[in-house]
Amino acid sequence: MSVILKAENISKQYRLGTVGTGTLSHDLNRWWHSLRGKEDPYLKIGGVNDRSLKASEDYVWALKDINFEVNQGEVLGIIGKNGAGKSTLLKILSRVTAPSTGIIKTKGRIASLLEVGTGFHPELTGRENIYLNGAILGMTKSEITSKLDEIIDFSGCEMYIDTPVKRYSSGMTVRLAFAVAAHLEPEILVIDEVLAVGDAEFQKKAIGKMQDLSHAQGRTVLFVSHNMVAVKSLCDRGILLENGMVTATGDIAHVIEEYLSSSKIISRTETKITDNHRRTNTSREIQLSKVSSIQTHNLIREELRFKIDLKLNKRIPESVIVTGTICNISDHAIGSFFSKPFLMNKDNLKIELSIFNHNLSIGEYYMHFSISKGNLEGGDIEVLDHAYEAIGFEIYNESSEKDYLLNWNKYWGDVFFQSNIKILD
Amino acid sequence: MKEINSDWLYEIKPKHKLFDLNFKEIWRYKDLLFLFVKRDIVTVYKQTVLGPLWYFIQPLFTSIIFTLVFNNIANVQTGVVPAFLFNLTGITAWNYFSHCLTGTSNTFVSNKGLFGKVYFPRFIMPLSTTFSNLLKLGIQLCILIFFYIYFVIKGTAISPNLNLLLFPIYVIMIALLGLGAGMIISAFTTKYRDLSVLVGFAVSLLMYISAVPYPLREVQEGQPKYAWIVEYNPLTQIIEGFRYMILDYGVFTWWGFFYALIISIVLFLVGLIIFNRTEKTFIDTV
Repeated sequence: MSVILKAENISKQYRLGTVGTGTLSHDLNRWWHSLRGKEDPYLKIGGVNDRSLKASEDYVWALKDINFEVNQGEVLGIIGKNGAGKSTLLKILSRVTAPSTGIIKTKGRIASLLEVGTGFHPELTGRENIYLNGAILGMTKSEITSKLDEIIDFSGCEMYIDTPVKRYSSGMTVRLAFAVAAHLEPEILVIDEVLAVGDAEFQKKAIGKMQDLSHAQGRTVLFVSHNMVAVKSLCDRGILLENGMVTATGDIAHVIEEYLSSSKIISRTETKITDNHRRTNTSREIQLSKVSSIQTHNLIREELRFKIDLKLNKRIPESVIVTGTICNISDHAIGSFFSKPFLMNKDNLKIELSIFNHNLSIGEYYMHFSISKGNLEGGDIEVLDHAYEAIGFEIYNESSEKDYLLNWNKYWGDVFFQSNIKILD
Repeated sequence: MKEINSDWLYEIKPKHKLFDLNFKEIWRYKDLLFLFVKRDIVTVYKQTVLGPLWYFIQPLFTSIIFTLVFNNIANVQTGVVPAFLFNLTGITAWNYFSHCLTGTSNTFVSNKGLFGKVYFPRFIMPLSTTFSNLLKLGIQLCILIFFYIYFVIKGTAISPNLNLLLFPIYVIMIALLGLGAGMIISAFTTKYRDLSVLVGFAVSLLMYISAVPYPLREVQEGQPKYAWIVEYNPLTQIIEGFRYMILDYGVFTWWGFFYALIISIVLFLVGLIIFNRTEKTFIDTV
């Protein structure tokens, strides 16, 4: 594999606040330094890009010392929270703006996929816009002509192709825009969060096209999205940006996990159940008030143990059961448990819950809990109270153990199954 | 992973040379230039009833008003040349300049949506404005020729002179001046919008010190103390020379011609340098 794009120490500084007389004095100072052949004085300062903190300086580093390499034919996912610097990085890559320091070297032309309708002129017809948009993206007229039928066909807008684009629905505009860009032939294609629009059929088509571009045609794609399912199915490798810095890089499943665990704030030790955890109205005759972990370090194959505090609001004659659902960090439900029925005869009751033989592989999980009255045999239970995302836990593997689970790969899923083979012949 | 070779196609970096216009790249985007010109021409009068007729109406009415105000009320003399034709000639040249200037002066601000998403040589944009205005100039020249012939048939003693050979140079000079000034303004307005406020009325005021609605001789004789303001304005030399070659009426000096030519080229080059410096990071401040 050969490196097609290389970013070395890319940083980008922005000024906070508004443009006014204050900026003019900084500009003059900067100009005075450059006249004397000195370095820009404001490049030495600047705060960390964390939008939740109070701004302490006039300048901020939207990106700081970003280094990465992309190989020929690779689909690189760039993920991170809002304001982490993803779009700034893409802007630098697509040469919309220059970095403050650092250098990006590339062996191929980089083209970016336009956002909905940018570059489209509403008064021009679909056909005219294909030409205009294609040319903006760097194609020549003859290149576009040779691909025109394919583009129209891919967009699925043949009926409207001679109608001005202002009459199009927003979905049709995206289809047309994507169709043009997908038929570009740059060596590197940059795509920013575009699949959010468009119906399911088109999203599938677009993802298929992107896979075709990278795997069959050897094109390199840089893909930015918050849609983890799309990222996971498309990308080979990923980089995670946090506060303008790369905090994780490598295999996409690993990077996604890192991202999701950094963005989910579910306590692993103790959670007081509040209305934030409740999503529907229930009678709450008995209520969940606190959930806590008994163990902090859960090993693979080991029992999971939790303590649940219950509060009685109204005496009921029936027995109750505790149920729960374990989810992985991508919000997929892995499975559920149902406890034995018990009677609640005190105002406050503490119970210990243990889950064994769970066969969960290493990784991070969280749980929803609920308490219901009735019993499972009758098949008729009524939820009294519930708590979403009540507690999180992580399953580790003891590295000293010689175990195939040690190298568990997230592509294998979250559960390992017990199996047995019999030699038949 | 190893690098097969180290010859990168291009590099993206912060520092740049004073003057790094990539002509090869601009040439590669020539189709885009053509399509932008086409877009400008086609879309301006979409959903209008009179359509391209508007290209004729604006200079015609301006000439009529000028003739009424300057020649009939203020009594500006235009010699043997019919006042209407005198004004139409000046306005045709002036319109090309003012359209180029105003069209290019908001290049960055009005295209920030597009520029913020995709890279192409930014210079294509002002260039396309200049070319599409050139087409409008062509249309307006047709009206001029129409009235010219009308007045000749009516027996007015007007004829072009040998200077008409300089016609393409005059057009280029106007384009360079408009483009140069427009690019400088567009570069400064990315951060400080003050200039864009100025452009609107400055252009209409500039017309009065560019000898558009009156012949240069009128100022030289009427206001000799202040005539230099008008004389040193390169636009005056261009407008006056433009009228001189077509109507054989006015003041023409080679000194004025070359003065205007040099100023045009210098202004254009300065504009280009400033524009180039701005295009790399303007999206951060616009």
